Amino acid sequence: MSIDFISPEYDVIRNEDRCTKCRICVQQCANGVHFFDEKRNVLISDETKCVNCQRCVSFCPVRALKIVKNPNGLKANFNWCSDSINEIFKQASSGGVLLSSMGNPKKFPVYFDRILINASQVTNPPIDPLREPMETKVFLGKKPSEIERDRDGKIKCKLEPQIELSMPVMFSAMSFGSISYNAHAALAKAASELGILYNTGEGGLHEDFYVYGKNTIVQVASGRFGVHEDYLEAGAAIEIKMGQGAKPGIGGHLPGMKVVGEISRTRMIPEGSDAISPAPHHDIYSIEDLRQLVFSLKEATGYKKPIIVKVAAVHNIAAIASGIARSGADIIAIDGFRGGTGAAPTRIRDNVGIPVELALASVDQHLRDEGIRNNISLVVGGSIRSSADVVKAIALGADAVYIATAALIAMGCHLCRSCQSGRCNWGIATQRPELVARLDPEVAKTRLVNLMTAWRHEIKEMMGGMGINSIEALKGNRLMLRGIGLSEKELEILGISHAGE
Amino acid sequence: MTIDAKKLNYRTLNEKLRCVDEECTITSCMGQRFIASGMSNKSITIEGIPGNALGSYFNGGTITVHGNAQDAVGDTMNDGTIIIHGNIGDAAGYAMRGGKIYVKGNAGYRAGIHMKAYKEKVPLMIIGGRAGSFLGEYQSGGVIVVLDLKRKEKKCVGFFPCTGMHGGKMFLRSRCEDVVFPSQVVKRNATDEDKMELRGYLKEYCDLFALDLDEILSSEFTVVTPDSKNPYRQMYVAN
Repeated sequence: MSIDFISPEYDVIRNEDRCTKCRICVQQCANGVHFFDEKRNVLISDETKCVNCQRCVSFCPVRALKIVKNPNGLKANFNWCSDSINEIFKQASSGGVLLSSMGNPKKFPVYFDRILINASQVTNPPIDPLREPMETKVFLGKKPSEIERDRDGKIKCKLEPQIELSMPVMFSAMSFGSISYNAHAALAKAASELGILYNTGEGGLHEDFYVYGKNTIVQVASGRFGVHEDYLEAGAAIEIKMGQGAKPGIGGHLPGMKVVGEISRTRMIPEGSDAISPAPHHDIYSIEDLRQLVFSLKEATGYKKPIIVKVAAVHNIAAIASGIARSGADIIAIDGFRGGTGAAPTRIRDNVGIPVELALASVDQHLRDEGIRNNISLVVGGSIRSSADVVKAIALGADAVYIATAALIAMGCHLCRSCQSGRCNWGIATQRPELVARLDPEVAKTRLVNLMTAWRHEIKEMMGGMGINSIEALKGNRLMLRGIGLSEKELEILGISHAGE
Repeated sequence: MTIDAKKLNYRTLNEKLRCVDEECTITSCMGQRFIASGMSNKSITIEGIPGNALGSYFNGGTITVHGNAQDAVGDTMNDGTIIIHGNIGDAAGYAMRGGKIYVKGNAGYRAGIHMKAYKEKVPLMIIGGRAGSFLGEYQSGGVIVVLDLKRKEKKCVGFFPCTGMHGGKMFLRSRCEDVVFPSQVVKRNATDEDKMELRGYLKEYCDLFALDLDEILSSEFTVVTPDSKNPYRQMYVAN
């Protein structure tokens, strides 16, 4: 073997007593791990190609397969762990930039797991959501800071454009291109059934999905793929993508091999051509420039749609958010450093950006201190894993959250973090027709609706426990949160007390 | 009809414009932004100086400006024609995906950045004077022509033209010996075939600005095209 040989990460264990040689594993694995040797009448595995997506394991009718971590490895070293050494091998042989997928997997603190939620005892009784009405509906957009009345004393009700959500969760941006047609269809259908919104991402919107327009956020990114008047008019809101939590400060490249057929048409670029989103919008170098794009979009759509500005959570995010709030945008979306991606340079994904919990707390506080919190709604993502994360995010000051990885998992993603290969065995992050066909949009839609319905009930239960019957009363209610095992500085930034206080 | 833009802000001006179906002249235009943003099938003449983002997301029709225009003319334009009888500012035709921008004078920085094309939709930008730095940055489709008609000592384009270019074509009326191009583009002298193609693009332009097409075509032109539509393919290794 060469010096570059990297011991496979996984072993494929086949229980020969159970295996009936039905070859479903061969047919299911687009990575080509399993193959049948006719001469010897045996199934063999090439574990070097295995990404541990669990497709073969899930589809083996006799449960004969197991993917386990390969016990063979380099000598244990806390500093030079095997990942670091293997990455050097890969770069020394290729000279390439390391490319990874999905969110930051490194061992950084997860603040959501160090925050505990309150419940009422004795005084201020809890509310039972099974018998009493609980409001989970939220509206996103600018809110008036005072009540205005006309001459007859009647309240002036004219509001800036708003998005109405049945619960404070939306599906965040995943482009048609990074995910499949069927995955987009499932998200659009689910959002429509749930009364929430999904986000097109930066790859344009397939005509088939224009019918879900009132549940769609259309995105405008630096590459402006698929952006035209009909597209802008199709959505309920427009999101300007300035940054993404998984790769703050850099743009995106959808490799030419994924720019095929409908993707090419929807993005309006020739087949096989790389879809390059530059790191900056080259017409935005200041808040004033951002304001220009915000208002050109408002002008183009007759001031009927809220404009969202999405940024990655980075240092000084509070000051950046304050600028965005003054740019005329209606909603800020902040994406934390654990946010997912179809492909990002490993070093950027794992080392750039900050946790969304800290970014959210400091942005909410800063906007309150400046007296402009009502001018703008706040949406956070990256990564919200459960209804408890939703409740904590709202109590920290968010109006709503964005979920994407959780939605993909509901559709069948097993988080093997190999999206960049384009060989997603679950039919999600791929454009190969035979793989896309594996994802049934109806089934995926139902699973998304199930997940959100369950979360919605859990949110109501947690709110009820606190004696709160409306999301509005939970928003920014940091008294409902306590930190556990956090330093004074961390508690100060989060604006919460320690458990026991 | 005529709209007097004096003392009108851009929002009111656009509201008036949206209601107009016939040919329309805007007089006393003084920096109002976003004129005709996202509008379709309009025939607009502007006397004065329109502000930034003139004809952004423009979706068909004609805008003629008798004067200079500012930044972001035809941003993400989809269809139609924008004619400027003067100079334009920076980032003209950003991500333009269809239609035509004809400029009599010079263009600022980043003209034609990230211009696209798809099948029959091929955007065209013709600049009669010189273009600033970063011309056609990330160009992924469409055609950019720089004529430098008042040829003087200066180069016809500024620094770093075609950086990141991975589609489309550029015609520059110069031998471009003094222009530095990045490594991923191919620069060559225009052939007769290129000139035939160019003639098609220039005909309407020359008619509009009363220029002699044959005389312009008799000059030497440089053609620039990308050498790869996948400039970053070799850059990554899966991890």
